[in-house]
Amino acid sequence: MSATLNAPPVRSGIARTLLRRPEIAVASLALVSMLAIGAINPAFWSAGNLFSLLRANVIIGILSLGVMMIMLSGGIDVSFPAFAIAAMYVTIKTMIAWNYDGVVLPFIGATAIGLLLGLVNALFVTRLKMIPLIVTLGTGTAVRGFLLGVIGVSTINIDHMPQALIGFARTDLIDVTQANGQHVGLSAMVLVYLVLALGVHLMLRHTLIGRSIYALGGGEEAARRAGFSVPGTVFFIYGLAGALAGFTGLLHGSMIWIANPHDMAGLELDVIAAVVLGGASIFGGRGSVLGTMLGVFTLVMLTNSLIIMHIDTTWQRIVTGAIVIVAAAITSWRDRGRSA
Amino acid sequence: MSDVTKRPRMWRLGRLGRIDPALLQMAGLTLLVFVVMAALNPEKFLRPYVFESITYVAPELGLLSIAMMLAMLTGGIDLSVIGIANLAGILAGLYFHAHGGSSGPGLTRMAPGPVAVGIVIALSTGLVAGAINGVLIARVRLTPILATIGSGQIFTGIALVLTGGPAIVGYPRLWGAIGNDSLWGVAIPLLVLLAAAALIGLMLTRTSFGIALKLIGTNLRAARFAGLRTARTIFLSYVLSGLLASMAGILLSARTNAAKSDYGVSYLLEAVLIAVLGGTNPAGGRGSVPGIVLALAALMLLSSGLQLLRFSNFLVDFVWGAFLLLSIALNALRNRTR
Amino acid sequence: MPAPLLELRDIAKHFAGVKALDGVSLAIQPGEIHCLAGENGSGKSTLIKVVSGVNSVDSGEILIDGEPVGHMTPRLAIARGVQVIYQDFSLFGNLTVAENLSIGAELRERRRIVSWRRMRAHAESAVRRLGVQLDLDATVDSLPTSGRQLVAIARALMADPRLLIMDEPTTALTGREVATLFGVVRDIQARGIAVLFVSHKMREMLDISERLTVLRSGRVVAAGPIGQFDEPAITRAMTGSDIAEDPYVWSGDDAAPNLLEVEGLTVPGELDAVSFSIRPGEIVGVSGLLGSGRTELALALFGMRPTYAGTIRMDGAPVRLDSVQAAIARRIAYVPEDRLTEGLFLPETIDRNIIVTALPRLSRFGVMRMRDAAAAAARTIRDMAIATPTGDRPVTQLSGGNQQRVVIGRWLLQDPRLLILNGPTVGVDVGSKAGIHRAIRALARARGLGVLMISDDLPELVGQCSRVLVMHRGRLTAELPGVPAEHGAAGLRATERALSDRLKALV
Repeated sequence: MSATLNAPPVRSGIARTLLRRPEIAVASLALVSMLAIGAINPAFWSAGNLFSLLRANVIIGILSLGVMMIMLSGGIDVSFPAFAIAAMYVTIKTMIAWNYDGVVLPFIGATAIGLLLGLVNALFVTRLKMIPLIVTLGTGTAVRGFLLGVIGVSTINIDHMPQALIGFARTDLIDVTQANGQHVGLSAMVLVYLVLALGVHLMLRHTLIGRSIYALGGGEEAARRAGFSVPGTVFFIYGLAGALAGFTGLLHGSMIWIANPHDMAGLELDVIAAVVLGGASIFGGRGSVLGTMLGVFTLVMLTNSLIIMHIDTTWQRIVTGAIVIVAAAITSWRDRGRSA
Repeated sequence: MSDVTKRPRMWRLGRLGRIDPALLQMAGLTLLVFVVMAALNPEKFLRPYVFESITYVAPELGLLSIAMMLAMLTGGIDLSVIGIANLAGILAGLYFHAHGGSSGPGLTRMAPGPVAVGIVIALSTGLVAGAINGVLIARVRLTPILATIGSGQIFTGIALVLTGGPAIVGYPRLWGAIGNDSLWGVAIPLLVLLAAAALIGLMLTRTSFGIALKLIGTNLRAARFAGLRTARTIFLSYVLSGLLASMAGILLSARTNAAKSDYGVSYLLEAVLIAVLGGTNPAGGRGSVPGIVLALAALMLLSSGLQLLRFSNFLVDFVWGAFLLLSIALNALRNRTR
Repeated sequence: MPAPLLELRDIAKHFAGVKALDGVSLAIQPGEIHCLAGENGSGKSTLIKVVSGVNSVDSGEILIDGEPVGHMTPRLAIARGVQVIYQDFSLFGNLTVAENLSIGAELRERRRIVSWRRMRAHAESAVRRLGVQLDLDATVDSLPTSGRQLVAIARALMADPRLLIMDEPTTALTGREVATLFGVVRDIQARGIAVLFVSHKMREMLDISERLTVLRSGRVVAAGPIGQFDEPAITRAMTGSDIAEDPYVWSGDDAAPNLLEVEGLTVPGELDAVSFSIRPGEIVGVSGLLGSGRTELALALFGMRPTYAGTIRMDGAPVRLDSVQAAIARRIAYVPEDRLTEGLFLPETIDRNIIVTALPRLSRFGVMRMRDAAAAAARTIRDMAIATPTGDRPVTQLSGGNQQRVVIGRWLLQDPRLLILNGPTVGVDVGSKAGIHRAIRALARARGLGVLMISDDLPELVGQCSRVLVMHRGRLTAELPGVPAEHGAAGLRATERALSDRLKALV
C-alpha cells in the first residue's frame, strides 16, 4: 500500500508516558488497588498478610519470567506447568528411591529436566515451524500424560518429602512479632525470586543473546539479515524457560511440602495473565522484567485479597479472566497506535 | 506460515469432482488405526459394544473440534469452548433444579416443555458467549488467543460462582435421553453430531458465509478490498463456535447426568489436535468438516483400543499429545520434500 | 579508465526452469550513482541477491576492482564493501535508533556483553557520519518512513561500504522526503561511495542518477549515461510497449449528466479539497508523484476513508461512501495497487477469486446457487479472455496479466458504474497489457462505465485516458485534456512530454 500520511493520534503527555512505560501504569494500578483493599479491610496491611502475599509471588513470578521471554520473541508457552510438575515429581521420587537428602543436586536435576523439555519445544518451533501455542499444548499434554501414566499418580505428602528441601524452603529472611503475639516470617524464597529476576533482567538488558531476543521479537527476517542466529536464540529462550520451570517446580513442592503430580493444572492462565498485565506484547518485542514482576504482584494481590475483601474465592477466575482481557485490550490499543 | 505450502484446492465449484489428498490420507490413517487395534486385541476390540460406546462419547468432542476449526479458519483459535460447554450445561441444570427441585420425580420426570426451555437456555448461553468472543476479536480486535483465554476464564468463573464448586448432579430423564438413548438404532449424540457436521460442512462449501469465511482466512486484506464484510463474518464464526460448544455441553451433561465447572479440561487439547489432524491450517484459510470427522474417528478408535489394552487415561492423554507432535512433524516433512 | 568497482559479465540465473537473469552485464564505477530500472518481475530482485551473495549464479562472472570474485557469498559481499538497504529496511521497530545503529557492530565483534555506552558512542558516530539529526532514544516504530530510511542508511554506512544498493528507496516517501533522501545520497557519493538505485518507478531517479540500466524479462534492454534517456524512452524500454497509435477519445454526449462529481473531498493529511467529475464512458487518468494522494483518492471513493469531508455525487444525487459496502452498493469498483497482497486469494481457485465480489447475489437465503456461480465465473473468464481451460485451477497458475484480468473481471459481476484502477498493468507483459487496455476501453464505450485510472506509466495514461489529472500533496494541480484522434501518435507524444515535464517540475 502506498504511503499514508495519517496524522499520529493525538494523546496527552500523561497517556503517552503511560504507553511508553507500561511499568508506571501497572505500578499505579497496584498502588491504587493496595489502597483500596487496605481501606476495605485494614488487615491487608498486617505484616502477616503482606509477607504471605510476597511469598505467593515467588512461584508465579519465576514462571512468568520464562513466559515473558518467550512472548518477547513473539511466541507463547502453555507447557511450563506440566514441565515444572514433571521435574519436581521425578526429582522427588528419585530422591526418595535413592534415599538422598540434599538441596543443591536436586535443584540442578530438576532444572536439567526442565531444560531438556524446553529444548524439545524449541525443536518443534524452529525446525518444524509450527505455531508455538499448538506445539506447547502438545508437549504439555504429553508430558503430563507421561508423568501420570508412567511415573505415578499418588501424592507424596510431608511424611515422605525429603526433609532437607522442606528445611530449605522454610528459611525466613525476617521475623516479625505481630500485635496479636503471632510470629510471622518473610520467606527467603522471595530472595530466590528476586535474584532470578535480576539475573534475567541483566541477561535481557546487557548481553547480546538478551538483545537478540528483543531483535527476534522486532522482526524475524530483520534479525536474520542482521546476522543473528534465529534458531540459536529460540533454543536459548525455550531452554531457559524450561529450566526455570523445572527449578520452580521443585521449589513449589518444597514450599508446600507436598509433591502432587496433578498440581499446577491451569496455572498457565494465571501466568499469562500476569505477563500480559505487565505490559508484554503477544506479538513480541515488548516487555520487561520489572513490568512482569509488577504484573505478577498485582494479579496475586487482587486474587489473594478476595477473602479479606469478603468476596467468595470462586470469583478468582473471573478476576483473572477480566485482567487478561482488559490488559490485552490496552496493549493491543497501544501497539496499534504505534504502527499507525 | 507461507502461502506456498498450502495445497491447491481440489474441489470444483458445483460438483464434487476430485477429493483433497489430505482427506484420503486421513481416511487411510483411520483404517490403519482400526486394523492395528483389531490385530492387537481382536476379541475385545472387535465387539459391537466398543463401537457403540464410541458413538455416545465421541460426539461431544466432535462438536468441540468443529468449533475449534471454525475459529482456526480465520487464523484464530477458541480456547474458551470448554468453559462455554460447561457453563451451558450448568445453566440448564440450575434451571431444572429451580423448576423441578434438586432431586425426586419433579426433576427426573420433567415434562418436555421445561426440558425444551433448558435446551434453549443452554444454546443461548453458547450464542451469547460466542458473541462476546466475537465482539472482543472482531470489534475490539484482541488477539484470539488472549481474548478466548480471558473469556474462557470468565465463563468457567461464572460457572464456579453459580455452583460454588461442586458438580450439579441430577437432570431430567428426557435430558438424559439426549446423551444416552438411541433413535432408529443410532445413538442420539451421534445423530446430533452428524446433523451439525452436515450443516456446517454444507455451510462451508455451499453458502456465501462459508466461502467468505475461508477467503477471509486466506487473505484478510484482499477480502476487505473485495468488499466482504470481514468483521461481521469473523464475529459470526465465533458465535457459531460458541453455539457448537454449548451443544457439546448439552451432550456432556446429558450423558453424565452432571455438570461441573472443570469437566472435560482435556478436551481442549483433543479438539485442537483433531482440528489440526483433520487438515485445518491454524494460520487460516483451510479446513473441512469431513477431515474433522475422520480425524475424530481415528483418534476415538485409538483411545478405545488403548484403553482395552489397559492403558490408563493418563497414558491415553500422553499418546494424544505425542500424536499431535507427530502430525506436526509429518506435515513439516511433507512440505519440505514437496 | 580504472577498473569498475563492480562488474557483472553475462550473468544467468534460473529458478525452476524460469530464466530470472539471462546474460546480464553491468558495470558500476566507483562513486557513481547508477539506476537499475525494471518492472516487477524483470529480474531486479534476483540481481540484487546475486550481487549481495544471497543467490549463486548459474553462469557468468562477478568482478570487483577488475578481479573475479569466484563464488559470491553474503559474508564476502559485505567484506568487499557491498551493503544492501532492503525495501522494508529490516530494522527493529521495537528498539531504539541507537541500538539499531550499533547492534550489528556488537554482533560482528562477537561480544557477549553489550555496553550501552559503547553502543551509544557508536550510534552517535554513525549519525555524525551521515550528517543528519536523529533522536537516538526514539524507538524506530515512532519514526516516519523517511526517518527509518535514514537509520537504515546510517547503519549501512557503519560497515564502510563502497557500494550501497537501495531497493525501491522512494516507494514510501513523499516528494519532500525524496528530496531529502537525494541530498543524503549526493553526500554519500561525495565520499566516493557508489550507489545503485533499484526501482520500477524511475521518475524520481532521473535527476540524480548518472547511468541507467533497464532490465526486462531478465535481459538488459537499455543502458547508458542518463543524458541519453528521457522518461518516455525509459518507460518504453521497461514495458516494451510503445505508445498507443489510437488515443482513447470520449465520444459521449456533452450535455449528459456527470456520473461522478467530487467536490472539496478532504481527508486530513491525505487529500485537500479535491474536486473533479467523470462522465459516463470517460476514462480519466490520475498522475502524480509518490505520496501525492492518488491512492488515498481511490480509497476515499471506495469507502475506505469513512471520515472524509466534502461532497460526492453519483448521477447527481449526493452519496455518503463511509464503508466499502456503501461504495459497492453505489456500484463503485476498485482494483487495488498490489495484486498479490490486496487483490488475490492465492491458494484459492480462479472461480472463487472471481465470485468473491458477488457472493450475496449468487446465493439465495445465504445458500450459494452453485450452477449460477459456476456460470458467472465461466462468463467472466470468457469475457475477460482469461487464458485457462477451467476455472478450478489455482489462481497462482496464471500469468500476471491473467491474474489482473481476474481482479478486474470480478467486478464486472457487480455491473459497476465507476471502475477505479490503481496501476492496472503493473508487472503485466506487453501483449497482455494491450489486451487489458482493450478490455477497459470496451467497458467504458459499451457499458458507459466511468473509469478512474491511476498509473505511473505515462504512455498508458496518455494513450488510454480521455484526460489526465495531476495530483500533488493531496491536491489536484493540473488537468491535461485528451488528444484528438486526428493528432494521432505525434499528438500523444507531445501530451506525454507535457505531462512528464509537469511531473518533473513537482519534485
